[in-house]
Amino acid sequence: MRSTRAESSDASVCVAEPLLDIRGLKTWFKTDDGMVRAVDGVDLHIDRGETLGVVGESGCGKTVTARSVLKLIDMPPGRFEDGEILWQGRNLIPLEQAEMNKIRAREIAIIFQEPMTSLNPVYTVGDQIAEVIELHQKLSRKQALVGAAEMLRLVNIPHPQRRVHDYPHQFSGGMRQRVMIAMALSCQPKLLIADEPTTALDVTIQAQILELMQEMKDKFGMAIMLITHAMGVVAETCQRVTVMYAGKVVEEAPVEALFGNPRHPYTQGLIRSIPRVDRAAEKKQRLEAIAGTVPSLLDPPPGCRFASRCKHAMEVCTRAMPPLKEVGPGHFVRCVL
Amino acid sequence: MSRQYLIRRLLIAIPSLLGISVVLFAVLAMAPGDPFEELATNPAVPPEVRMALRAKFGLDDPIWTRYLHWLAAMLQGDWGFSFASRMDVDKLILQRLPVTLIVIGSSQILAILVALPVGVLAATRPYSVFDQIANTLAFIGFSLPTFFTGLLLILVFSIQLDWLPFVYRTDIEAKGWLFYWEHIKQSIMPVAVLGLFQGASLVRYVRSSVLDVIRLDYVTTARSKGIGERKVITKHVVRNALIPVVTLVALQMPIVFGGAIVTEQIFRVPGIGSLLISAMLANDTPVVMGVTFVFACLVVLFNLIADILYGWLDPRIAFR
Repeated sequence: MRSTRAESSDASVCVAEPLLDIRGLKTWFKTDDGMVRAVDGVDLHIDRGETLGVVGESGCGKTVTARSVLKLIDMPPGRFEDGEILWQGRNLIPLEQAEMNKIRAREIAIIFQEPMTSLNPVYTVGDQIAEVIELHQKLSRKQALVGAAEMLRLVNIPHPQRRVHDYPHQFSGGMRQRVMIAMALSCQPKLLIADEPTTALDVTIQAQILELMQEMKDKFGMAIMLITHAMGVVAETCQRVTVMYAGKVVEEAPVEALFGNPRHPYTQGLIRSIPRVDRAAEKKQRLEAIAGTVPSLLDPPPGCRFASRCKHAMEVCTRAMPPLKEVGPGHFVRCVL
Repeated sequence: MSRQYLIRRLLIAIPSLLGISVVLFAVLAMAPGDPFEELATNPAVPPEVRMALRAKFGLDDPIWTRYLHWLAAMLQGDWGFSFASRMDVDKLILQRLPVTLIVIGSSQILAILVALPVGVLAATRPYSVFDQIANTLAFIGFSLPTFFTGLLLILVFSIQLDWLPFVYRTDIEAKGWLFYWEHIKQSIMPVAVLGLFQGASLVRYVRSSVLDVIRLDYVTTARSKGIGERKVITKHVVRNALIPVVTLVALQMPIVFGGAIVTEQIFRVPGIGSLLISAMLANDTPVVMGVTFVFACLVVLFNLIADILYGWLDPRIAFR
């Protein structure tokens, strides 16, 4: 599937072209101790209107991948070592700041993990939303503020006309995340990158925010790249899933295939570590965790990066990194098993 | 921000000023020195006359009656009489105050005008050549005391080059533009010495404050909106970074006045700083009391201004 897509980059078959296609992306960080290979050859793609889940534990490179797409990585210390980020066929990596600014918010928008700190405390939320509208839709401040209130109404914030003049500290965490979503969607982007949008919120609010994102997706038809470490969230909202481990994609599959037939030992471990209330009730057993921690991304050894934590590790695993191979329709796995 | 808040803040200032005046008065009363020392060594003045004078000025009363006398008189606008200059203290201070305020005011403006852009630029390019140079100059700037840089400037610009006068004169006879030009010329060195000294430490504060803000999440949010980097810095970073800087500038005000005293001495600026020094040397207690109290009022006033600035910069501060 991937190879056929690469061949058919001809303009006449633009249907096959994904919205975002990341190929062999390497985002490395120069530190005093050496090069940290935070993202080390990631391939992933998102089609129009689909929701892709990107999962993996902390430090696996999910966030760096997401921020690389919008080039929000501080350079230095970060740098793009290799790879392409094709946005509707156009490589974003060589783009100048000014060109990038035309894509940010207007075509690709992003929301972050921490709604409490993602809004500027000294401006009203209306100001901050209107800033985007004013810039990209070339509207006057007054019209933009009307647009901002309309966006607040869309994300179900009560009394939007009044709330538009409030400051971020006058909103709760969940409400602030709604404001962030309103801001991100104010220019109707084609892709929304949601970087752990619910991690910092409590459970009931999490569900509300996910529901809101789904609702907004139905309304605006944008694609979503949902970065999370919660497998439950993925099962509920995504069509396809990319599993990352230590800067690499280890498995990519449609959501049913991933949960029905996880192939990579890491994915299997992730799925087994989901707390299950129904099972725990019958037989109080310890939650299964994956032993060990993510290996250092500083000069990683050759071979599979999960080998040191893998129950099935063999001698061959430590010798060379296995390639990503297709094991089912749209189901790829980086494992020799 | 409401007018009510402002009035309340001004009312709060009254007890603190009263407290300051009590401390000042007590310290001065306990300090050694006698305004009539001169008379004591003058053989033409008999001791009885001296005693009569002391009694007339109430110097033999207990401290608290003297304080209440002083307070009552001051509230009626009578700040006392200078023994040394033979004129009213309030007139003496009012004569000198404008010069000090102009010199300190312009040096603070100079400090801010230099420190803000330099600090922000240095922070946006950390460890660049510009940052290194700015840091080095800042270190040199606040390591060199004003009495040293002042003398250095006098040596170079007044004595070697003969461009600027090194004695500040109030009796300039020139008219029109030339009058202002002469005033500017004689202010350049004291303002530069004080302003650059303040600016040097302010650069460091601004730089570290901007560095703190620039890595916060909302700055990334601002970048993700597609607004240019320049606007990200000026709109989203600088305003937040200024909040702690305002505190520091306000806290530094007493130091600024202290520095002004030294600088005024060096450049012979006839401000209240040099008035204070000469009054102290002459044991002219009413003037010392008046000048230190004016300094206290100015410090309280600048703190009030800082509080108002806070509220303007940071909406999270509620004026209740």
